[in-house]
Amino acid sequence: MRQTRSKNVGITLFILLLLTPIYWLLNMSFKTNQEILGGLTLWPQNFTLDNYAVIFTDPSWYNGYINSMIYVSMNVIITLLVALPAAYAFSRYKFLGDKHLFFWLLSNRMAPPAVFLLPFFQLYSSIGLFDTHIAVALAHCLFNVPLAVWILEGFMSGVPREYDEMAYIDGYSFPKFFVKVFLPMIRSGIGVTAFFAFMFSWVELLLARTLTSVDAQPIGAIMTRTIGASGIDWGVLAAAGSLTIIPGLLVIWFVRNHVAKGFALGRV
Amino acid sequence: MQKVQNNKAWWLVLPVFLLVAFSALIPLMTVVNYSVQDIFGPGQAFYVGTEWFREVLTDERLQDSLIRQFLFSGAVLLIQIPLGIGVALMMPKSGIKGSLCLILLAIPLLIPWNVVGTIWQIFARGDIGLFGWGINQLGIDYNYTGDTVDAWLTVLLMDVWHWTPLVALLCYSGLRAIPEAFYQAAEIDRASKWAVFRYIQLPRLKSVLIIAVLLRFMDSFMIYIEPFVLTGGGPGSSTTFLSQTLTTMAIGQFDLGRAAAFSLIYFLIVLLISWVFFTAITHADKEK
Repeated sequence: MRQTRSKNVGITLFILLLLTPIYWLLNMSFKTNQEILGGLTLWPQNFTLDNYAVIFTDPSWYNGYINSMIYVSMNVIITLLVALPAAYAFSRYKFLGDKHLFFWLLSNRMAPPAVFLLPFFQLYSSIGLFDTHIAVALAHCLFNVPLAVWILEGFMSGVPREYDEMAYIDGYSFPKFFVKVFLPMIRSGIGVTAFFAFMFSWVELLLARTLTSVDAQPIGAIMTRTIGASGIDWGVLAAAGSLTIIPGLLVIWFVRNHVAKGFALGRV
Repeated sequence: MQKVQNNKAWWLVLPVFLLVAFSALIPLMTVVNYSVQDIFGPGQAFYVGTEWFREVLTDERLQDSLIRQFLFSGAVLLIQIPLGIGVALMMPKSGIKGSLCLILLAIPLLIPWNVVGTIWQIFARGDIGLFGWGINQLGIDYNYTGDTVDAWLTVLLMDVWHWTPLVALLCYSGLRAIPEAFYQAAEIDRASKWAVFRYIQLPRLKSVLIIAVLLRFMDSFMIYIEPFVLTGGGPGSSTTFLSQTLTTMAIGQFDLGRAAAFSLIYFLIVLLISWVFFTAITHADKEK
């Protein structure tokens, strides 16, 4: 019994330590700049929503969130569309060069984005896609597609191939079988994959920032604007940061039981 | 599962192949192309062979940042892996408390990386940050923007904060996969806590731990945005890691040939080490 109690204390302590920096950010986002710079207060003395008002009333601010949302959604859709058939092929068939292809795909997840920075910039500039949402969405496919293939392959391998054969005997064509029978069976896998594609596209900034300038600028790049001539506008910076945490929080509840599987690239 | 030999499956992987070829192969070829040329402007490029590679390999600035990078990744692994295992062992086994723990632990992983930098930039400041202020109150002189050691420790602490939950989540799901019967057998044998950990839990965690080490190595090796926001690579260049050195070279100084050669060497190092881990994973899969 004492063992469990000390364990509970330990994990509670760890989680509290984990949440303190986030609390500090939230705390600051509800303070005025005078209060922030005036001295250390553990909670807002003059509670204010002004910092959030700045963001929600200025298009150049809230457009950043919209831009991020647009390219992230595009990326999720593209990723799922191409990864689903490929994952099916990897989970069901042996074919020429399958193992090499798999490692090659994976190697793109391992590539440091900084390596691709310059060529991406030139590639998308030369085909006239610079500063568009689709450019960022395509660039993020570099690491999201391999990840999606790997996660989906794990889920698909859990479905016995007898289902495939039964469907053929019942007279289903392949596309009909795939959409009507197979996809509903792995919907939790699809949900998890979508979540991870969403997440990794949402947290990435290096490529997103390099491939955009005005029209498709992500929120992360806009946040640097708070550093003005008169110093940093801490309150607005904290508010903008706090808002970026929300999307992740909204979706994680649905995939809580599969989070680890996704992080482990479908291997647990 | 028994797989069927069928080369028509290529049609199913073709979209992925084309997409990744477009977004990886073309850029990579561009990099290779630059790495063997000296470019002065449009249409003015000269073939220089392996000169850039030789230059990069002997460049002191790069060697320094490579050493810093290995030290950092090493420290990250040494701290996060044991800490993550420890946290996973403490987590409640199931129920609403378990779910709550999972979600709270995952929060740092869902925050955009530049915001992670911002959070710590604020949190560790001596004047307005709880952490920096607290340390200073204890009578320890701490200033992460001025002192090299402090900057290093802050970046490391930030990374531990950011990614230890990942290791913990992986280990947690590994622990859940151990059948209850194993523990019952251990109880009958009156095995000590340590023996249970050493001979039951640790061996069963092997495959998850390989993945955790692989992911943590890969991602800490490409770390860029977080230290960039937090310290800007300073003071001096004490927290400038490989990605930042490369980005400065490529975008800031537009030094194409050198940056390209550097990119390839960087990529090869990551690929080589990751390949070792990948083989280990597939081996572990086969043993199951």
